[in-house]
Amino acid sequence: MIAEFFRPDGRHLSKAGITLLMLPFFALIFFAFLYPLVSLLSISVLEPQPTLENYRKVVDNPIYLTVLLRTLWIALLVSLLSLALAFPVAWLMARSKGPKVAFITACILLPFWSSVLVRTAAWAVLLQRHGLINEGLQLIGITSEPVRLLYTQGAVVVAMTHVLMPFMVLPIYGALRNIPADYARAAAICGANPLRTFREVYLPLTMPGIIGGFILVFLTSLGYFITPALLGSPQEMMIATLISQQIREYLDWPFAAALVGVLTLFVTVITLAFSKVFRFDRMMGGAA
Amino acid sequence: MNSRSLLLNAYVYAVLAFVLVPIIIILPMAFSDTNYLTFPPEGFTLHWFGDFFGNSRWMKALRFSAEIAALTALVTTVVGTMACYALVRGAGRIGALFQGLLIGPIVVPHIALAVALYLFFQKTGLSGTVAGYVFAHSVIAMPFVVFTVAAALTSVDPALEDAAMSCGATRFTAFRLVTLPLILPNVLSGGLFAFIISFDEPVIAFFLAGIRDKTLPRMMFDNIEQNLTPVIPAIAVLLTCLSILVLVGAALLRRASVRTTAAPAQD
Repeated sequence: MIAEFFRPDGRHLSKAGITLLMLPFFALIFFAFLYPLVSLLSISVLEPQPTLENYRKVVDNPIYLTVLLRTLWIALLVSLLSLALAFPVAWLMARSKGPKVAFITACILLPFWSSVLVRTAAWAVLLQRHGLINEGLQLIGITSEPVRLLYTQGAVVVAMTHVLMPFMVLPIYGALRNIPADYARAAAICGANPLRTFREVYLPLTMPGIIGGFILVFLTSLGYFITPALLGSPQEMMIATLISQQIREYLDWPFAAALVGVLTLFVTVITLAFSKVFRFDRMMGGAA
Repeated sequence: MNSRSLLLNAYVYAVLAFVLVPIIIILPMAFSDTNYLTFPPEGFTLHWFGDFFGNSRWMKALRFSAEIAALTALVTTVVGTMACYALVRGAGRIGALFQGLLIGPIVVPHIALAVALYLFFQKTGLSGTVAGYVFAHSVIAMPFVVFTVAAALTSVDPALEDAAMSCGATRFTAFRLVTLPLILPNVLSGGLFAFIISFDEPVIAFFLAGIRDKTLPRMMFDNIEQNLTPVIPAIAVLLTCLSILVLVGAALLRRASVRTTAAPAQD
């Protein structure tokens, strides 16, 4: 998946040397990631006795099934919105030169340097009862009195899109930048109009970037916690807020573990299914 | 500019406004003379900065977060660079395992890791300790550090180390005197990433924190959830100043890294 990125030259180091150098890494990942996760998941099938009851509860109880479906729906909505916002930005970046590219890149990277909690607070202020958005809506006459924007599903979707959209721009820009300008000229010479050139030349070549960005945003959205916890309504939970509630209010560890299991299963299946196009190193390199 | 590209430009600048406005609009509210947040801010006061610096709970959280972030940066750069070096100079089957394990913390949601660690730390007595947070944050930050370091390490010619070793240097000396200086800018910027990731980590902090061991993001979460006072924008102003300092530092590092990678070409 990322083998080409490291380009091992295979020289010099003995097997023992390699093992010794990698030992701290493996120890950290084992003790602070794999072991805790596996022991949590084992609770979901072992307590109160060996059972799949905790998982059955997730799909049988309509309340929990609704949370699961809502989470998938919100993640899909956020990913689609991010794509709609990010693609034109990446397109213009690939078409521009010099200071303009630097300016747009700076604008897109700026959120990475700003606290997630500060951004969430900013949306809480913008969306509040007498906030800027409500005042604006009244000013242009869409509503005559303040409407409830905060603590709604819409608030969660908008704020999550705001945080995650930049992650979509970088992989798409990376893919677009690598398409030589000759291709568009060749297509034009063969008689293709701009729309057809876009559909048959640019779109297929950009697809790995689009899918990569889409999957990254979708996966991150699935487990999102802070935004739904602070801006969402308690009646419209997502899976992460449900997990938190089960642990902190009901102390129902086996069921919470099953919910974590469902979430982990989802992200694992999606990651494996798209492992060919899902190039983390490129996405991270973009952020760096 | 034809009408189509005018439309494209207008759309893109609208998107950029959507990205920037919420980040910028909150900053002036730090000076608001009200105890709630409103825009435009009313009056002018530095009271909220005093509230932050004068409050022992905020200061304790700030120190706690800074200590955790600094240790996370140290752990991830040392452990990550060691693993990267082994991988680039050796690899084999262990390399595939390494890569698989590296992707784990990226795709597994932080909420899953947070809940798992909450349970694990309760059993092992690590909850509420600096060490517990450093372990957790190191797992999250590790992939970012590894990718940043590996990017530099793969571009260093192994012949340089060969030359040093044929002159009598041990492998460690060759690494320390030849390779490390070449990859140092990337190691340091990897460390910066790790620091920022840890310093701004809200989800794990939400689950692991007890009453007395709250990190800065956890204190901010509580404030936003309970009453949302202008102390949050005041922190935003301070964090923005810190980010600017870090960005300037990173830019200087990048210039240094350009110099080092350009140097062999001049020989």
